[in-house]
Formats: sequence, structure tokens, C-alpha cells
Amino acid sequence: MFHKLFPNANVEDLITATEETLYMTALSVIGTFILGLLLGLLLYLTSKQNIWANKPLNFIVATIVNVFRAIPFIILILLLFPFTEFLMGTIRGPNAALPALIIGAAPFYGRLVEIALKEVDKGVIEAAKSMGAKTSTIIFKVLLPESMPALVSGITVTSINLISYSAMAGVIGAGGLGDLAYLKGFQRWDFDVVFLATILIVIIVFIFQFVGDFISNKLDKR
Amino acid sequence: MISIKNLQKIFKSGNTQVQAVDDVNLNIEKGEIYGVIGYSGAGKSTFIRLLNRLEDPTSGEIVIDGEDIASLKAGSLRKARQEIGMVFQHFNLLWSRTVRENIAFPLEIAGTPKKERQERVDELIKLVGLGGREDAYPSQLSGGQKQRVGIARALANRPKVLLCDEATSALDPETTDQILDLLVDINEQLDLTIILITHEMHVIRKISHRVAVMEEGKVVEEGDVLDVFLHPKEKVTKRFVEQIMGDQDQDEAVETILAQYQTGQVVRLHFVGEKTNQALISEVSREFPSVSFNILQGKITQTSKGAYGTLYVHMDGTEEDIKKAIDYISETSVQVEVNDHVS
Repeated sequence: MFHKLFPNANVEDLITATEETLYMTALSVIGTFILGLLLGLLLYLTSKQNIWANKPLNFIVATIVNVFRAIPFIILILLLFPFTEFLMGTIRGPNAALPALIIGAAPFYGRLVEIALKEVDKGVIEAAKSMGAKTSTIIFKVLLPESMPALVSGITVTSINLISYSAMAGVIGAGGLGDLAYLKGFQRWDFDVVFLATILIVIIVFIFQFVGDFISNKLDKR
Repeated sequence: MISIKNLQKIFKSGNTQVQAVDDVNLNIEKGEIYGVIGYSGAGKSTFIRLLNRLEDPTSGEIVIDGEDIASLKAGSLRKARQEIGMVFQHFNLLWSRTVRENIAFPLEIAGTPKKERQERVDELIKLVGLGGREDAYPSQLSGGQKQRVGIARALANRPKVLLCDEATSALDPETTDQILDLLVDINEQLDLTIILITHEMHVIRKISHRVAVMEEGKVVEEGDVLDVFLHPKEKVTKRFVEQIMGDQDQDEAVETILAQYQTGQVVRLHFVGEKTNQALISEVSREFPSVSFNILQGKITQTSKGAYGTLYVHMDGTEEDIKKAIDYISETSVQVEVNDHVS
């Protein structure tokens, strides 16, 4: 049945490609989460009338975020080739895709983090201050826990972007399902392989979305 | 215990500046419930936020238990804040934490060890009457219960003073009374100084020992609650007293009645404190059988310092007898206000 529908598909290739996609996505989601959180916190805390209110610093961070968000991902990969080679020692394979994926997605997630933090009740932050909380306490015990559902749905949206970015990176040699669809499918004009890669990517996206929604709802006690 | 001197707060934005708190001087005794009342925009909210430096004063002194809060550096200010509890109008609980975890939060900030923390939280839950709701999230609580959590949280680090920022303004009248009873309980049990701000005279009347009236950033009147009730000097104070003592409708009704009396004398009697319970009228009518007494209207209200009541009485008889009767009443602690409406 499977071979009739997809005569040119090689199961082993598919499994390897799926694993590579999941590997790239998982690691880049972790990297993006950390870097985006830092950017978002910096954007939020340095904004007007906030704990670290600092106009120049806020302007610099905001500009970096905006510039990196403006660069199309496919160009960003090319632009980062020298940096990737320096960092990872190679420009091929799933690991080589990670710097570009993280740098491409973190500014976007940073903005989502900033929005999530802005939604935290000012009164609660004030209450923490009135109890004598340090800034680090306010960040780790108030800001982050109180915005967690929004942070999780934000990373869910971002991780879906990352899945599609990873496919794009695949086309220029990073491996994964994008690579498979392009090299083994498109190049050989075997469209059953392209189609199969699409189905697998859609399934991965659905799973990410479902898990993300589930966790976000579970965390939300409002 | 708390002494506030020449406290000023000026907000600047662009070219305009607003004097939110204007040269406030107050002394608050230990164990006292001190009320600050004012309409919105009077500066009372800014005032209470200056006391724990949620706003930085422009100038002036805030000495709490010998420590000048206004001049503290960041680190020592954080320490000082742990000893100043604050209760908020909108509760400001962390929705991501249960009742128990919310109350434990200030203890975590103060670095209390876990075991001690748990014991203290149990104590506080009992104190504010939240037994059985320990593991609920704020979203599962009623307004009154949320404020109980807020109060427990504010008391966690055994503060020297409790600041209440419109603590009952978001609650319905019945819940307000319950929360006020709780505050009185805490004040008596722990001998805790409480400073509260409000726009409701009812709150002041019910639990305050002393009151300051604020208008346009200034304290325009200050004193024992009963004195302020009895002899309001300023216009705003009179308006606040009217909130509970007399509504306009009734005053008009009384005036119409007064106008109908052609003979005799209408007097307004002010009863204060325990004397309210004496059978004054029957005593006087026994003493002066030639004078007839007709009670026109009466009203009584309870304050933390005792009851306060007023009574309109029409007295008829010979002018001389009436005068004697009035003199007799004046000798008791009841104050007599002779009404001029009747000649």
C-alpha cells in the first residue's frame, strides 16, 4: 500500500530526515526561548517608567530586534555563513543550521515576551516591591510565573516558525525534511517524496501546537 | 511611632507640575487606627504610597519607629519595607500562586526558612479565617476572601505598621464590614498600628480612632473621630459627616416641621459616648412637669469611640421653664443646640 502510494520513498531516509527536523527544531526552540526571554526582559525592563528604565539601551535593543526581524530568513542564513563556520566548524548538517535558526527566531520571540510581560498586572509588581522584593525576585517570582501561559503560547507560535525555517535551511544543506523534499523529491521530480515530507511536517506542526496549547491552558489559573 | 514632617510630593510632566501632597505633618501613635479621608484626587493615595516609598517624596521626613524612611538607600529600604505591610484596593494577589503560596511570598522575600514559613502561613490562615481554602487559587475566591489573603500576606513578616490603600473600596457593604471587623481584631490582638485611606466616611466611623481629612494635597482637618464628627470645621469634612449623619432629604423634612411650630423652642441635642444610653428626656420631663417634650427626629451612629446621636426636640411651656430645662440639660454632657427657626 505504502509503496504503491509513494513508490520513490525510502523509509530509512524519511526517518533520518524527520529525526533531523525534530533535532533542529528542539534545539533551536530551546535556544530561542533563552535568547528571546533575555531580549524580551531587556526590552520590557528598560522601557519607560520601568525598573531599569533606560532610553538609550532600550533603543539599541529595539533596533537590533527590528533589524534582525526585517532580514528574510533565507538571506540571514547566507549572511551568517562565516559566523556559522567559525562557531560550528561547518556549514552543512543540522548543527550548522542552529545559529541562523536561533538568531532568526529570537527577536520575534523577544517581542512576544515583551508583550506578555506588559500584560502582567502592575499592581502585583507594586505589591512585590512593597514587600521589599529585589529586582531578581520580581523577575523570577512575579514577572515570569505571572506571564507563563503567554510565554508558552508565544514559544509555540515561534516553534512552528522554526519548523518552517528548518525546512528552508534544509534546502541549502542542513538536512531534515526540507532537504529531503528538495534533494530526493524535487530534484528527481519524485513528487510523492515532496508530498510525504509535507505531510510529516504538517503532523509535527500539529503536535507542537497541541502540546503548546495544552501546557499553556494547564498553567493558566486565572 | 510614626512622625511625618513637611511631606511634599510634586509630580512633573513637561511644563506642568502637580502638587499631590502639600506640606503634610502628622503624628501617629503606636496601636492606633489612623484614617485619612478625601475625595479622589485629594492626594491621599499618593500620601500612603509615600510612606513605603512606592513614590519617592519630593521633600520632607517620614520617621517610622525612629527610622527616616525618606532617606533610606535601596538596600535598607527593602529591609524597611518588609516591616511595613500593605493592603491594596484590588488585592494584587499573584494569580499563579495558591492562597498558601501567596501568603508565603513575603516570607520567601525575607528569606524565612521553609519550615518556619509553613508554620507562619498556617497561623495567618487561621488568623484571617481562611481555613479550608489554603490550596485555592485567587480566581476561585470571592472579593472578601481575596482581601483576607491580602491582609494575611501583609501581616506575614510581623510588620510594625499596616498600610491600607482603599482596602474595602472594591467590596460590597457587607463584605466591607467583615473586613473592617477583621482589621479591628488584628489591631487589638497584635497592637498593630494601622493607617488607612478611604473615601468612605463609613470606614472611618467604624474603625478609626483618629482621622485626617485631605483636600488638594493638604490635611485640612485632623483629630479624634468623634470630635471631627461633632464639630466638623471645614466644608469637605461636613460633606463627609453628612454621608452618614444626615442626608439632605431628611434635613429638609426637619426644617419644614420646624417652621410649623409657632410657640416653644426646638432644640437639637448631641449625645456622645456612653451618655447616649441615659434616659435624659424622661428625666427632664419629670424635673420640669410644666414643659412638654415632643421628639421630632432622632438619629444615632456607632463609632469606634462610642455612639454619637442627635435628637430634635420641641419643648413647649413658659419661656422661663424652657430656659431652665435647657440649662438643666446643658449641665449634663449632652450638648444643646438651640434652634433659631422658631421665635
